[in-house]
Amino acid sequence: MSVKVYVPCDAAALSVGADDVAAKIAKLGGDKVDIIRNGSRGMLWLEPLVEVETPKGRVAYGPVTSKDVESLFETDFLKGGDHELGHGLTEHIPYFKNQERLTFARVGVIDPLDINAYEANGGIAGLTKALKMTPEDIVEEVLKSGLRGRGGAGFPTGIKWKTALAQTDSQKYMCANADEGDSGTFADRMLMEGDPFSLIEGMVIGGLGIEADTGYIYIRSEYPHAIKTMRKAIEIWENKGLSGRHDDGTPRFKLHVRVGAGAYICGEESSMLESLEGKRGQVKVKPPIPAIKGLFDKPTIVNNVLTLGSVPFILANGASAYAEYGQGRSKGTQPFQLAGDIKQGGLVEKAFGVTLDELVNNYGGGTRSGRPIKAVQAGGPLGGYIAPKGFNVEMGYETLAEQGAMLGHGGLVVYNDTTNMAKMARYAMEFCEIESCGKCTPCRVGSVRGKETIDKIMAGNNVAANVEILEDLCDLMEEASLCAMGGLTPMPVRTAMKIFPDEFKGPVKEAAE
Amino acid sequence: MIALNEEPKLVTLINTTEDAFARQVCESYGDKAENLLEILHAVQYEHGFISDGALRTIAYQVNISRAEIHGVVSFYHDYKREKQARQTIKICRAEACQAVGVDSLIKEAEQNFDVKLDGGGKEIALQAAYCLGNCALGPAVMIDNELYGRVDIEKLKHISMKHREGSRS
Ligand SMILES: Cc1cc2nc3c(=O)[nH]c(=O)nc-3n(C[C@H](O)[C@H](O)[C@H](O)COP(=O)(O)O)c2cc1C
Ligand code: SF4
Ligand code: FES
Repeated sequence: MSVKVYVPCDAAALSVGADDVAAKIAKLGGDKVDIIRNGSRGMLWLEPLVEVETPKGRVAYGPVTSKDVESLFETDFLKGGDHELGHGLTEHIPYFKNQERLTFARVGVIDPLDINAYEANGGIAGLTKALKMTPEDIVEEVLKSGLRGRGGAGFPTGIKWKTALAQTDSQKYMCANADEGDSGTFADRMLMEGDPFSLIEGMVIGGLGIEADTGYIYIRSEYPHAIKTMRKAIEIWENKGLSGRHDDGTPRFKLHVRVGAGAYICGEESSMLESLEGKRGQVKVKPPIPAIKGLFDKPTIVNNVLTLGSVPFILANGASAYAEYGQGRSKGTQPFQLAGDIKQGGLVEKAFGVTLDELVNNYGGGTRSGRPIKAVQAGGPLGGYIAPKGFNVEMGYETLAEQGAMLGHGGLVVYNDTTNMAKMARYAMEFCEIESCGKCTPCRVGSVRGKETIDKIMAGNNVAANVEILEDLCDLMEEASLCAMGGLTPMPVRTAMKIFPDEFKGPVKEAAE
Repeated sequence: MIALNEEPKLVTLINTTEDAFARQVCESYGDKAENLLEILHAVQYEHGFISDGALRTIAYQVNISRAEIHGVVSFYHDYKREKQARQTIKICRAEACQAVGVDSLIKEAEQNFDVKLDGGGKEIALQAAYCLGNCALGPAVMIDNELYGRVDIEKLKHISMKHREGSRS
């Protein structure tokens, strides 16, 4: 009998040598081992995390380099033997054990492209139920679950679907937004690489719900591994006939992968739809909203990968099973992503209501550098900074907004005390300059002026006057930008100025190393 | 030369060389303008950049104006109009990688490879990326679509070399 050994094929695990580790285990283990390439458990600081299946459960070792493999065999790791890299049973590691994994239930557990393992671990149950329901009932179930968009805006998914269902056009589209451009976020990537069928199932259910027969997944080009996995998964899914078949054998719900071309703004839904039509990703004025007039002018739903990936659970287990999690108007769970200078970086799926402190300090274990935390940027490049004294905030759409911050896509970037906040504010403006779609002046020109003004402040030129100019500029961008790119760029700038006013008073001494 | 047919549009295309590969790609995408991004990706993958000839051919095949295709190509950071270095190192300079010192890594890399970030290069070019989805294991780098994490200058030299050797063999 060969022993099952799991070595992740998630891009983050590959980035620190998982392929070499798998090759070495195969070489030394021969036919004693059966290597399975799973997704990542999300404990990224332990990657490559190797797991061995034992009668007691899966035993974890990590971070394993190819140099460690020999000593693993010497300590009889195939029987779960003790080793300095050992962590005992994976599912008992507190970081993992204390999570509430609904959307990420299978990620890291199974081979992402093993459709039988998918089904054996709860997959397809949601679709099976949906196939017996009317479109109205499907939409109602999603509505009742309280699910809100995980792409940033937090709009109730069921309401959006209801609008699309009400349209009488014979052609409608269901689109997944996998542009995941926010720094500090990687949950879409991990879900697509670790459990691609869950996204497909969510889209097929959505297709039944709004009566669309065609779907597009728009994946950023920076994610070659995810693109490959999604394409293979669609092929496997369609070959199995899981979307049903027309008389000519073609799938009833046809899915396509489209690859972005390096433009952050293409994550904004109207820009994404323009890009899907082969055009410049320029933002469009709403209304009309995409649910009424979207891709090729047809009713179109755009949902984030995590939103759609949560749908199978909701259908399989019922709206109330999902809505039981969370707090206030933030229902269910959020896959938080711990990034930047963090000791235990990775993915933590928790019900809304968990505090920032718990995420960053209990799960994250503080900084990787060992230095004190200066601030956390929540919600990506357009999100605000939160200083440690605000870490008791409970994570939710409204609770964060009250702090002048936002949930965004659930990314948390940790900065240590050496961070120069004026430099970070300048970067926010620079990023807006680089990624602006160019449609409106406050964003296109304001970002350039903002950057120059911060340069002057940093150089100590007319500081008080320039701080005032910067404030005015932020007002203008917030009020007069067409979309959140220009409209929210002031958020990181302003929160940095508010929390660290001393750093906007002229040249700062480089912090001690 | 593009085969002549009765389309008057050809006047602008006369005297230009047709890119046979680009034409094939367009045909495989049904000569549809909605597939423009995919077509451009495929052509760039083959040639490393999008030449004037390729641009004209694609515009003709999918029936859009030269101005329109220029508009699309210039909008997206991925598409390159000039021949690229033999190796492009994409370094993430977004926030989470800044938090773990990518700015110093970029300086060291500029020195080591004797090029400037986004400044081109013949053998090696350093290109800024804005998040590679490896934000818990930064600094992150990508070469030939392969992702690397916790990169320091020594590791960068090593992987750059590894990929150059790999592409020669
Ligand atoms: C500048 C900008 C970038 C965005 N990037 C993304 C993105 O990468 N992924 C995403 O799902 N939504 C992104 N959004 C939000 C989308 O416009 C849209 O609200 C979302 O895809 C809807 O899906 P949801 O309701 O499931 O969140 C972005 C919005 C803006 C203004
Ligand atoms: S705010 Fe910026 S990105 Fe948004 S539409 Fe205006 S110019 Fe384009
Ligand atoms: S910020 Fe560098 S990989 Fe995401």
